[in-house]
Amino acid sequence: MDYNFLRQLADSWGLLYLVVLFVGIILFTFRPGSKSKAEGAAKIPFNEDNNNAQE
Amino acid sequence: MSVLDKHAKLERNVTLLFVWSLVAVLIGGIVEIAPLFYIKNTIEKVEGMRPYTPLELVGRNIYVREGCYLCHSQMIRPFRDEVERYGHYSLAAESMYDHPFQWGSKRTGPDLARVGGRYSDEWHVQHLIDPKSVVPESIMPTYSFLAKAPLNTKDAAAHLKANRAVGVPYTDEMIENASADLEAQANPDTDTSGLEERYQKISLRNFDGQADQLTEMDALIAYLQMLGTLVDLEAYKQNENLR
Amino acid sequence: MRYLTELILLSAAAFLALLGAAYAKDNLFQAHAWILFFVLLGSCVLLARRVEFGLPGKNASKPDPSSYFDEVIRYGVIATMFWGIVGFLVGVVIAAQLAWPELNIEPWFNFGRMRPLHTSAVIFAFGGNALLCTSFHVVQRTCRARLFGGNLAWFVFWGYQLFIVLAATGYLLGVTQSREYAEPEWYVDLWLTIVWVAYLVVFVGTLVKRKEPHIYVANWFFLSFIITVAMLHLVNNAAVPVSFLGVKSYSAFSGVQDALTQWWYGHNAVGFFLTAGFLGMMYYYVPKQANRPVYSYRLSIIHFWALIFLYIWAGPHHLHYTALPDWAQTLGMVFSVMLWMPSWGGMINGLMTLSGAWDKLRTDPVLRMMVISLAFYGMSTFEGPVMSIKSVNSLSHYTDWTIGHVHSGALGWNGMITFGALYYLVPKLWNRENLYSLRLVNWHLWLATLGIVIYAAVMWVAGVTQGLMWREYDDQGFLVNSFVESVVAIHPEYVMRVFGGLLYLSGALLMAYNLWRTIRGDVRNEVPLGGAQATAKPAPAQ
Repeated sequence: MDYNFLRQLADSWGLLYLVVLFVGIILFTFRPGSKSKAEGAAKIPFNEDNNNAQE
Repeated sequence: MSVLDKHAKLERNVTLLFVWSLVAVLIGGIVEIAPLFYIKNTIEKVEGMRPYTPLELVGRNIYVREGCYLCHSQMIRPFRDEVERYGHYSLAAESMYDHPFQWGSKRTGPDLARVGGRYSDEWHVQHLIDPKSVVPESIMPTYSFLAKAPLNTKDAAAHLKANRAVGVPYTDEMIENASADLEAQANPDTDTSGLEERYQKISLRNFDGQADQLTEMDALIAYLQMLGTLVDLEAYKQNENLR
Repeated sequence: MRYLTELILLSAAAFLALLGAAYAKDNLFQAHAWILFFVLLGSCVLLARRVEFGLPGKNASKPDPSSYFDEVIRYGVIATMFWGIVGFLVGVVIAAQLAWPELNIEPWFNFGRMRPLHTSAVIFAFGGNALLCTSFHVVQRTCRARLFGGNLAWFVFWGYQLFIVLAATGYLLGVTQSREYAEPEWYVDLWLTIVWVAYLVVFVGTLVKRKEPHIYVANWFFLSFIITVAMLHLVNNAAVPVSFLGVKSYSAFSGVQDALTQWWYGHNAVGFFLTAGFLGMMYYYVPKQANRPVYSYRLSIIHFWALIFLYIWAGPHHLHYTALPDWAQTLGMVFSVMLWMPSWGGMINGLMTLSGAWDKLRTDPVLRMMVISLAFYGMSTFEGPVMSIKSVNSLSHYTDWTIGHVHSGALGWNGMITFGALYYLVPKLWNRENLYSLRLVNWHLWLATLGIVIYAAVMWVAGVTQGLMWREYDDQGFLVNSFVESVVAIHPEYVMRVFGGLLYLSGALLMAYNLWRTIRGDVRNEVPLGGAQATAKPAPAQ
């Protein structure tokens, strides 16, 4: 395992992999269908506020 | 289950969240740290590096104990001003036996990577007892207690053994003679031929000016006077080590 | 008798500490074992006569399984306040030592031993307790479940305090590994590992038994903080002790590898302890205090994954131009610059939570505090990537610029968001209608802000001065300044830093007073904040 091999790997496939992953995560997170779920999750802190752990 | 629901599942599953978070934080560390152990030109080849003598090692432990690294770096960067001020820039090989490294991160005081031999022992004693007596503007604390603290010599062998366990090439002979070597280095009257054979480029003398006792001051100054003096920088050919 | 098992275990541990003192291989271990013995002995006494904050109509000693486990959080709030003041005070003292070196008292109170005390006290004691108590609070509220593991949470809390006491006393005695922000020696590290695993069990256990189907994003940040700190702690502290009855150990790595391991740890102590964990706080307390859901929950998902993935790479920027291979330095720099994006994404997400409710800032100084903390977060996460660029770093490294940068992050972001969380928590936890005084909160806010601004500004000036003086050449091509001239040149800045620190400390003292009166149930008779007189003006004494 030498430096040049690792460097070429990082500059080509490694870079491509991370860019695809990044774009994929963004697109996936902001897909239209997730909006309502996200809004529901964002309201979790307000779901209750007494000292009771049970519902 | 469609692929779109997968993250929703992840958001509901503690184990998945746990595992994927761990994966995300493992990658960077592995990619950066692991190659340092395998790529062979990480540490260049140099002449002259040797493990610390027992006295230097104990002195180094005092350096660590007092937190000297918080104000003094031991890493000269390859800039013109640093090289002119402190000497040849530091090589990776020069800290190859340092467990832990002492490169530091802040220069409230000057770099010490090549301080060895720059000042006399007497200067160091004075400076450690009262820095302002030799550098009036200094803001360094005083370390006069070092001159009074007797040096613990008896478990030197255990320290060498622990270093060997983490990869420092101390020989059996070095470990056997650790305590004797430790005392001999600061005592010019003893027979030091064995010591000199075991450790190249060694300074043999009473460092703190108190002939009657071995103190922490002896050890610390022995360490400081050795810093940066081991590697033969004339012989070090930079071109052979181009990264 | 209550707590019989615990008492027996504690006394057994105290006895072991006594044995450690008797058979110690070196003086430092002996001294440390004596300290441990007396601490454990004292704990036995305290446990036998345990104090509880009795709430009206409730007997906290008989836990009601249907209620939240809040007693440990109350202790955590007080510990946060206490250690915060200790840490800030030690900070002021060591700042004064740099301005007036006569204040060093050898050997125990020399700067070299006091600085780790300061950094650990603020990061691990103040910040750590803040994270413990807020994560316990947030995870229960957002999971609608009582903390998992019963008294295990008490073990986590008290075990962590013991870790702090051992680490702090060790520094003054001279017990240190010299790894910045990981100075405690091997036996203290082992203890922290045990406590940390217990913390993970309590936290994950609570997540598992939650009643809310979705895991709220604040918990993701807390979880990644706990996991990553565990990983960093284990790898960075790998060492071989010289003796099992001695303090000294030697790091498993050497030189270059050791340096990168340490700064991989060091930078991610910032990234996960001081950032991810505190972002968990931000994602709960900012929406709660503003009474609005977070601006974009989906942005927070991106924020989370981008932040934890990118942060871990940034460590090598602490080693620019050193003997670390160039490729690693460059990787560290590139990822540090990229890190700017998720950081600002998170800041914008927090700030925009207030969109449509900005008027609340006029009347609510607690919310104001949280907004200022986000502003400082944005500022220091911009400054950080700039400093990680190699050419900038060649000037800024080794200088006080770094110190200024760290403090704008720690005092501004970590400090302020913690103060905000504490002001939110205390009335809730002690069932009080209101804080004792909102005007005092406002005073705290401005004292702290002014303190930080002074601190960061003078350290920036000091750092640039040092950097430029070290590389200044005259016409003949000689270096102009000796090193000590650069020390003399920044003396005025060092004095002003002490002043900035004093302001910040006095703000924290005001907070302690305010929270103490709130806990007692007092309410100050004062003119409410808001309207035209929104600027800080003390109310007439009652």
